[in-house]
Amino acid sequence: MILSRRAMLGGMASLAAAPARAADYVITPVAIGDGIWMVRGADEPIESRNGGAIANIAIIATPAGTVLWECGPSLRYARALRQVAEQLTGARIVRVYVSHLHPDHGMGLAAFDPAIVAALPGTIAALVAQGQGYADGMYRLLGDWMRGTDLILPGRAIMTAQEDFGGRALRPLALSGHSSADLALLDERTGMLLGGDLVFNDRAPSTPTAVLPAWRASLDQLQVLPHGALLPGHGPIDPAGIAAIAQTGDWLNWLEGALTQAVRDGLDMVEAGNLPIPDRFARMAVARYEMQRSVSHLYPGLEASLLPRIDIKSAP
Amino acid sequence: MRRPTRLWVVLMLMLAPASAAAIPPADPLGSPMWSAHARTLFGDDPVRFDPRVIVSFPMIAENQRAFPVVIDARGIVGVRRMILLADLNPIPVAIDYRPAHAAPYIATRIKLDQRTPVRGAVQLDSGQWLVSGGWVDAAGGGCSAPPVSRVKGDWADHLGEIRGEVWPMANGQSRVRLSFRHPMDTGLVENIATYHLEALSVVDGADRLLGDMDIWASVSEDPAITLLVDSAADAALRVAARDTNGRDYRAALTLARQSPIPGGR
Repeated sequence: MILSRRAMLGGMASLAAAPARAADYVITPVAIGDGIWMVRGADEPIESRNGGAIANIAIIATPAGTVLWECGPSLRYARALRQVAEQLTGARIVRVYVSHLHPDHGMGLAAFDPAIVAALPGTIAALVAQGQGYADGMYRLLGDWMRGTDLILPGRAIMTAQEDFGGRALRPLALSGHSSADLALLDERTGMLLGGDLVFNDRAPSTPTAVLPAWRASLDQLQVLPHGALLPGHGPIDPAGIAAIAQTGDWLNWLEGALTQAVRDGLDMVEAGNLPIPDRFARMAVARYEMQRSVSHLYPGLEASLLPRIDIKSAP
Repeated sequence: MRRPTRLWVVLMLMLAPASAAAIPPADPLGSPMWSAHARTLFGDDPVRFDPRVIVSFPMIAENQRAFPVVIDARGIVGVRRMILLADLNPIPVAIDYRPAHAAPYIATRIKLDQRTPVRGAVQLDSGQWLVSGGWVDAAGGGCSAPPVSRVKGDWADHLGEIRGEVWPMANGQSRVRLSFRHPMDTGLVENIATYHLEALSVVDGADRLLGDMDIWASVSEDPAITLLVDSAADAALRVAARDTNGRDYRAALTLARQSPIPGGR
């Protein structure tokens, strides 16, 4: 019933005009291994022209049903994703993993029964504390794309080191650094590593909730973890699975070093945000944009640790 | 034929100064508050828009509680006063700075309560105001959300902490950076009265005033301010500030030892 009505509406829209199409997400799964597909997000900021669909998503076919890695920014996106995924695999969705608290990855979970949505305990706690703020921000940025999307909490806290779906084993990895709790997922059949936002590829990393030492430690762990290709949170798939990890670490190290030096050189935040970005990052999408966001996130803390105290205790 | 033309010119000359003073020029940013702010701030002084007043800020207002802005009017001679203004903020003026012996340059961070024009207005010795700026898109609530230190409850533990440093510049001036721990309460948050730094001055070792400013609560919590003063970096610069409760703040600037290169640009 719903399918036919949706198909009919889609048909009408394609006959009618552009405005109706603009309100639809285009979801195109691309096979990246045996029974695993990716849906690429736009390598852009969250904007109304992309409807917030900027995070990479994976669809995994298992004997027990379909597993989703991430579910997108909105109810509308996640409903469309569910339909595409179930048509692709011919099986109902039995599990949705949300990698961390950021809304481009998980706000769409409102489209699913919370009992099948799994996230790290730290992610659920962070959503309780900050989720509504992110939801408000998404509505402000995206308007109608978000209609009907409420903040819903994942119903399953990930406590096990492995989940078996009728013989296809997935290994959740509890890490942190991009946020207070970051999930990565290893598909043992293909060796595909789903990095979440711990790993970016040719798209500048975002740092609104970053803790850089923890992030570096997580990257080190992923580096030594035996795996095949790697699907980053944003940007194209990394076939060998190592370059994107190295690039993410390289960016974070450069960023922290450059901003530290900027504080030492007496630069203000606006000036720091206009510092040159090294040529080796020239291929990175939205590098300047993310660098200026990172100045906002990291600079006050660096100033507080690097600028000396100069106040004079008032005379008695 | 000649006489009416001449009369007309004379009439124009008589009328022009009066009308220019009364009506500010049309706002290139189309702000709904421009005329009201211009009347209040500039009164009968002449006003024009001038891109030599360089107002810089990031491409995105990532944090509406702390949006960095630089006003740089070093391309203009004879600047005696600089105002940082966000038209649609409930507290529109953030800083009113008099660079007595300092370059016409100031950098700080402000709160944004909604999408708003952010402007720099500089006044010349002649009384003329030159204005520039741009629209900034921002989420609401920068002025009406409680400061982080109020939420954490530790603001009083750190009140009075001042950090800063001074860097020698190639042209003989010095770059001064200051940051204060202060909640900068706007009075727009329930049950928290207005409480903010309201005055700041920098003097050299000979007590010569280099620059002073009035500050309002639309400057971010824990205000950070960058100035370029006409004094050697080792000239024993001192800072004095006062908040709206009458608390005094004093600091002595130390020469930066951290950077071998002058932080000047």
